Amino acid sequence: MNAPNKSGWKPQMEVADATGEAVTNTGNRALMLEEPLLFEIGHAETTGVDLPEIDPAAPSRLGGLKREEPIGLVGLTEPETVRHYTRLSRQNYGIDLGFFPLGSCTMKHNPRLNEKMARLPGFADVHPLQPVSTVQGALEVMNELAHWLLDLTGMNAVAMSPKAGAHGELCGILSIRAALEARGDAREVVLVPESAHGTNPATAAFANYRVENIPATPQGRVDLEALKARLGPDVAAVMITNPNTCGLFEPDLREISDAVHEAGGFVYCDGANFNAIVGRVRPGDLGVDAMHINLHKTFSTPHGGGGPGSGPVVLSEALAPFMPLPYTARTKDGVVHLIEEEQADDFAREHFGGEMSSFGRMTAFHGQMGMFTRALTYMLSHGADGLKQVAEDAVLNANYILRSLEDLLHAPYADSGPCMHEALFGDKDFGNGLSTLDLAKGMIDEGFHPMTVYFPLVVHGAMLVEPTETESKASIDQFITAFRSLAERAIAGDESLKQAPYFAPRRRLDETAAARKPKLKWEAPEA
Amino acid sequence: MPRYFTDEHEWIDVEGESATVGITDYAQEQLGDIVFVELPSVGTVLDKGGDAAVVESVKAASDVYAPISGEVTECNDALEDEPALVNSSPEEEGWFFRMTIGDKGELEGLMDDKGYKAFVDNL
Amino acid sequence: MRYLPLTDTDRGEMLAKIGAKSIDDLFVDVPEVARLDGPIRDLPMHASEMAVERHMKRLAGKSTVAGDVPFFLGAGAYRHHVPASVDTVIQRGEFLTAYTPYQPEIAQGTLQMLFEFQTQVANLYGCAVANASLYDGSTACWEAVAMATRVTKKNRAVLSGALHPHYSEVVKTMAKFTGDAIADSAPAIQAEPDNAGLISRIDDETACVVVQYPDILGRITDLAPIAEAAHEKGALLVVVNTEPVALGAIKSPGEMGADIVVGEGQSIGVGLQFGGPYLGLFAVRDPKHVRQMPGRLCGETVDAEGKRGFVLTLSTREQHIRREKATSNICTNSGLCALAFSVHMTLLGEKGLRELAAENHRLACLAADRLVKVPGVSLLNNSFFNEFTIMLDGKPAREVVRALADRGVLGGVSLGRLYPGVERLQQALLVAVTETTTQDDIETLATQLEALIKEDAQ
Repeated sequence: MNAPNKSGWKPQMEVADATGEAVTNTGNRALMLEEPLLFEIGHAETTGVDLPEIDPAAPSRLGGLKREEPIGLVGLTEPETVRHYTRLSRQNYGIDLGFFPLGSCTMKHNPRLNEKMARLPGFADVHPLQPVSTVQGALEVMNELAHWLLDLTGMNAVAMSPKAGAHGELCGILSIRAALEARGDAREVVLVPESAHGTNPATAAFANYRVENIPATPQGRVDLEALKARLGPDVAAVMITNPNTCGLFEPDLREISDAVHEAGGFVYCDGANFNAIVGRVRPGDLGVDAMHINLHKTFSTPHGGGGPGSGPVVLSEALAPFMPLPYTARTKDGVVHLIEEEQADDFAREHFGGEMSSFGRMTAFHGQMGMFTRALTYMLSHGADGLKQVAEDAVLNANYILRSLEDLLHAPYADSGPCMHEALFGDKDFGNGLSTLDLAKGMIDEGFHPMTVYFPLVVHGAMLVEPTETESKASIDQFITAFRSLAERAIAGDESLKQAPYFAPRRRLDETAAARKPKLKWEAPEA
Repeated sequence: MPRYFTDEHEWIDVEGESATVGITDYAQEQLGDIVFVELPSVGTVLDKGGDAAVVESVKAASDVYAPISGEVTECNDALEDEPALVNSSPEEEGWFFRMTIGDKGELEGLMDDKGYKAFVDNL
Repeated sequence: MRYLPLTDTDRGEMLAKIGAKSIDDLFVDVPEVARLDGPIRDLPMHASEMAVERHMKRLAGKSTVAGDVPFFLGAGAYRHHVPASVDTVIQRGEFLTAYTPYQPEIAQGTLQMLFEFQTQVANLYGCAVANASLYDGSTACWEAVAMATRVTKKNRAVLSGALHPHYSEVVKTMAKFTGDAIADSAPAIQAEPDNAGLISRIDDETACVVVQYPDILGRITDLAPIAEAAHEKGALLVVVNTEPVALGAIKSPGEMGADIVVGEGQSIGVGLQFGGPYLGLFAVRDPKHVRQMPGRLCGETVDAEGKRGFVLTLSTREQHIRREKATSNICTNSGLCALAFSVHMTLLGEKGLRELAAENHRLACLAADRLVKVPGVSLLNNSFFNEFTIMLDGKPAREVVRALADRGVLGGVSLGRLYPGVERLQQALLVAVTETTTQDDIETLATQLEALIKEDAQ
């Protein structure tokens, strides 16, 4: 596959590399395989499926809009396809390959039973608009999952349709907006801590709220007094991440919730870090009104190179009537109902004894079924006892890392008490102009995926390490050894780190060039 | 041709009834490699201190504020193809836009060359 | 527990290193009121792989599997054959267990795939640039409306009556909160869409016109006059496509002047999955609109040794940098579904996609011709691709669909399900036919439909 072809692609490693080592003819080196672009190896006339030839005489009812021009697609046969993607896959780091301590992302092992269950035809090969009597199994999965989510969070209702965490945030904020508008209360401001994930302010702005920052204490927590002072009749909601993005539990959350409620507002909790407390703490006990749960974080559905996620939102009693349609509910006779626009009012009156005033629909269909199946499989595997152990091991691993490095690396909140499931470090002691980026790239050469870098923004050169509970002690000890060595080099100002990584499929990439002259699509080379 | 500076690191050259605006050498150095500049369209009416343009590096986007009030009369189209001009020549070829001067009095609150240098030295 | 590697010995040693007496010491910041005295009650304890599998299989058995019966549902989700190798590729751990390519040096697999995916989508849609995916077609549709308001600095969107009602609902829901004005209506029951009526609703305040192609009733219309009318008023044309296979047979929206083309990619590689996860596709015809696009974009560059490589680029549009000024709040998108789409599209290629489209259309024509022979059934459409609307004379289609289901036939989507309460639509049934449909399936649907109609007449 690596011979030059007529599209103009040719091997790119023609010269000796920096070490002067011998080069190969192909640009490949044993298991280090280069792979051209699909469009450089495929052809318009090649296909990997066997379909009937087109009959030019066949009737056409396409309204006179037949596509005559070439589309610009190319195909490969099946063996070539499998090889193309397999070779590409080998240029990727994944949890299956090694330790992936990407803070705030909960890169835990993805159990393969989840994958197997999600592919059962009774879940995978079912159309979302089939008559409800023919999709009872799928609806039961949604209902069982909803039951777990409510019990684990101590909340009253759950909206299943949000497609990922940010979509869930939007669901929560829109529920809050709808509840406020229902009582004729036009509020304009959402308060967000400076350390919050970018989706928080983006979501609030999307829902037409003005975003104001709330400051943190030097100990890395929400400044309760400053927050209380800012509350008032214009504040619709406070968005709080708990455990927060600095890796700490917000001990004042109950008091914050009470103060927000007293001022007529609502509390949105960003559930990105639920893995630290699952099975041990129920956010409902802390006065939260809405919280999204990233099934792809806490409940092990795969991250897939950037999704799909799933972000069900648990809601308090006050917000439940406003949740988006459709939703599922089980009635006393054991039947699972899918409640869409037309039944919503009647169903609420009959079964909830009240009015339903949903804010509307956030997506076509019912949510990320494929993720529901995987998450439920995971919950059933762990059980209530196992999930509690998940939180405990995740927190134990993070504290172990924090205490194994704090003597060497700047750990801004090490004195604030135990961390939760993430350990946070900064680069302020690095010498010679070295920064977090350099250490992270050095981490790649050591065979690890780097931690989250430069987030949260409140710590200079932040390095947020989230080991999760699915790492062994041996794996974590190896990581600590490598991290210590890299930190020592960075503090000593070892310039060689500035060119790392040396051993990855690519050296540092020129992001400035990419952004100045964006090339976002393959174009055939000029003849 | 007097040049004034703001504490948000914009410079403004005044020439009769018209002024030219850009960002300072100090600002471009802080931002790093500039990859894109979003300029106001001609005819936009700016309020002093309000958003006028956006300057972007790979990992950051910064607002550029109007040093004074007035109407945009011309933009530096060269920046569209070559945003790097802001790095290589921030206070000359890398200018952002020209504008009318709504209220000459607004210039009085701005810094002169010396004042800005002292301001930056203290940062 | 099979997913937890720490042993009690490990835990003891680690607590000692930390200087904690017990695990509870690490949770001291949890206030008293929220401390639990043990595992949460009312939930089961851990279970073996075998036990979990047994439970899930029991649930799965309670649904009617589309592939087991004659199946004719569409309306935004289509059942196509997905080659076996697609699933093999997406289950490779390097793709499945990676995340957003924040560290491009060790994520070239995902990045190059995204670059190829963006090219496939852009070419399919006849556009200059496509992004790296959004959640699904309906949210992509809203993002297109939001983008059009940013580009035009106007805030009125005109939605075609023949836009998928779920998509309209999503747009209307979001618009309630953003303050954008939406004009829409349910479709009229006629052979051709009411383009003149749609065009008459475009005015100087209009940011965009949103048209589905083929539309919710399966009709195919020339978009060029609508594009022209929109552009005359300084509005953008947003075209929504819910069946990408159709674009192997009919002109691309881009070549007819659409400014933003969005759609559902589920048909290619993803599968039905009861509605999700699906794949939002998003593309623009004019490259100058790129900086107003939502979501991630992958771009080509070089590394420090001059080798070609790929990175996420133009990130300053996104929430992690621009926060409240971002073009969208989206973060995680549909990466693995994009991979499935791309692998399936690679297997098809231009030749395969055209053949697949032709086969869908051929079978749909056969089905339409057969169904109109059933007394009391008529075909609404003049044009269609693989989905069309039939009218059941004097019968509510919704009840017919349920009765068909009782007879083991999943016979289509009734417009009554999609538009409850809109009287004139209650007798209409949407029928989708793909390469997975057999002539026997078509015959079964026709005979069962005829039997039902006769039964009722007696």
